[in-house]
Amino acid sequence: MSEQITGAQSLVKALEAADVDVVFGIPGGAILPAYDPLMDSTKVRHILVRHEQAAGHAAEGYASATGRVGVCMATSGPGATNLVTPIADAHMDSVPMVAITGQVPSAAIGTDAFQEADIRGITMPITKHNYLVTNPDEIPRAIAEAFHLASSGRPGPVLVDISKDALQAMTHFAWPESLDLPGYHPVTRPHSKQIREAARMILSARQPVLYVGGGVIRAGASGSLRRLAELTGIPVVTTLMARGAFPDSHVLHLGMPGMHGTVAAVGALQKSDLLITLGARFDDRVTGKLSTFAPNAAVIHADIDPAEIGKNRVADIPIVGDVAEVIPELITAIEAEMGSGTTPDYAAWWAQLNRLRDTYPLGYDLPADGSLSPQYVIQRLGQISGPESIFTAGVGQHQMWAAQYITYEHPATWLNSGGLGTMGYAVPAAMGAKVGRPEATVWAVDGDGCFQMTNQELATCTINEIPIKVALINNESLGMVRQWQTLFYNERYSNTDLHSHRFPDFVKLAEAYGCYGLQCEKAEDVDSVIERALSLNDAPVVIDFRVHKDAMVWPMVAAGTSNDDIMVARAMAPEWGSDD
Amino acid sequence: MSRSTLSVLVEDKPGVLARVASLFSRRGFNIESLAVGPTEIPDVSRMTIVVNVADLPLEQVTKQLNKLINVLKIVELEPDSSVQREIMLVKVKADLDTRSHILETVQLFRAKVVDVANDAVTIEATGAHDKLEALLRVLEPFGIKELVKSGLVAMGRGPRSISDRSLRPVDRTT
Repeated sequence: MSEQITGAQSLVKALEAADVDVVFGIPGGAILPAYDPLMDSTKVRHILVRHEQAAGHAAEGYASATGRVGVCMATSGPGATNLVTPIADAHMDSVPMVAITGQVPSAAIGTDAFQEADIRGITMPITKHNYLVTNPDEIPRAIAEAFHLASSGRPGPVLVDISKDALQAMTHFAWPESLDLPGYHPVTRPHSKQIREAARMILSARQPVLYVGGGVIRAGASGSLRRLAELTGIPVVTTLMARGAFPDSHVLHLGMPGMHGTVAAVGALQKSDLLITLGARFDDRVTGKLSTFAPNAAVIHADIDPAEIGKNRVADIPIVGDVAEVIPELITAIEAEMGSGTTPDYAAWWAQLNRLRDTYPLGYDLPADGSLSPQYVIQRLGQISGPESIFTAGVGQHQMWAAQYITYEHPATWLNSGGLGTMGYAVPAAMGAKVGRPEATVWAVDGDGCFQMTNQELATCTINEIPIKVALINNESLGMVRQWQTLFYNERYSNTDLHSHRFPDFVKLAEAYGCYGLQCEKAEDVDSVIERALSLNDAPVVIDFRVHKDAMVWPMVAAGTSNDDIMVARAMAPEWGSDD
Repeated sequence: MSRSTLSVLVEDKPGVLARVASLFSRRGFNIESLAVGPTEIPDVSRMTIVVNVADLPLEQVTKQLNKLINVLKIVELEPDSSVQREIMLVKVKADLDTRSHILETVQLFRAKVVDVANDAVTIEATGAHDKLEALLRVLEPFGIKELVKSGLVAMGRGPRSISDRSLRPVDRTT
């Protein structure tokens, strides 16, 4: 029999057994017992953040940058409810994350005790699974299952809520050798018949597109995706969540589809006769008005989550499986078909797409008044810092520009909140990414609205020597909302002016947090300020780029309209040309 | 829209009913009836859920249900190949003039009287949904004072059991 330890000690041992090297969190009453043995752990580093929301986003950033499970910890009640946003975010974007929360003592559960919240009930719809543990003997199994569930199948967040008395009571630690989850059997291996049919369909299509989603990054399938694309010569589009899954510099890449996608990528989907959908989920921001999306296309849909298949668009060939297994099997099947003499001919298709790509490249006009262009800043940031850097973003215009104008060459170098659209994601996610990949340059491309939601974590970064760099795209407004007001609300700017060229003073704010504070308002200074930021690695850096507030994100498919009605710029529709 | 009966085997764990019920509501489905109880397998409960939906959304909701870690198996029971029953207790006004009519009705429907008072009788009836509806229509003119119905329970006909491996679950896409 192993020695008697507390439930709290058992929790820390379980985290060590789950190979956790870092936890982001904040202690409080109910979780306090766990923080005592955590102090003694030589394997688990705890990073004390300033707000639990940031603990969750940091865990997401860590997970997205490394592919490992991110871990966050909070106390009961408000500590736990502050984790709700990042948990929902991780659920939407399939981020492997384990959240551990303290709960009031089991005898007090249900009595509206101090700092009591039913966090298991609250997070049921936004977790892959969750636990309430009141028996200390069950802690190791709950933790083992949580890590398994979070990281396998379609990844996602799992919450383990542990009552204070369970943390304090005595128990024996026993790490489970096997897990008993009779209702959980993710299918990773695709059905061979579906693969063969898909291969035949791909080779007989005339206008196919590889519609690549974030699942390819989560699965680590970028290498095999590239082999598939090069074997067949089929054009590739990468969704917001899949930026970096396929090199932007690759000739087969048409860029990002969707509401702010390239004309070539959106056009390719609309004109396609076959969508080869890999780890993507036909999100409304990609499809536009669903009934007019890719109207002539047959659909091959490969996803590890069977519920995604047929959810928004009927699949002609459904393939349930891990894209890391699906793509190599597709390659083998296609090679076999090609060996027996079937060769694809996409020349006419490429002629059509190349015309779109050449006629409608991404572009922007410089502000007429000589003020700084946000697109230019972001473009130069990508060019100077280079494709080995990791970029996180908040949500809004700066996010779209960072998705459009930074050239991504590697998976897991673009981290953002795609599904939930969580403002404030960038700084804490950059912190988590930097902790997970300390050798990488990590930039938070953030807006002045987003930044003011979570910038308190600069203190965490400074104190814990996590030298992230923040490129603050300061257009003194909630830019994307303002853009919609410009386009759809007669330029009535209700509550979108943040006045952030006046308050706060972001340079002083950065310095107050122990960071370097830099400022730039002229195009000719952009390169030098970025280079200076890259040379400063002993503390976090914040650059306040004071940009033009009327810049807009183009192209744009207005919400609820058809992708066919994409606008290249205001009141400017593309000429699609003939279909053949 | 059509009425579908789902039999859902779940692990008997705390919170599982809330997980299943809230999944239906957040995906926009109205549960018409729900019955939960133990099964022949220890620690496994069975939920019988009746929903009124079109085919495609039903497929989506069963797929989402299958993603719940505590859900073990889902089978859709077709009316023709299953036995479907509800139980109903109904308290009907019954004075000396109407009592014999009511008792006649009870016999016709093979229901039974389980409680008698001076001016009311309580009737217990078991049967398929339509039979109970028919009984209610006949009893209505007498004056229904109180009505309670269980959720529908159902079981496939024939020798096979829902826990047999051979019985095909409804979720498989491939």
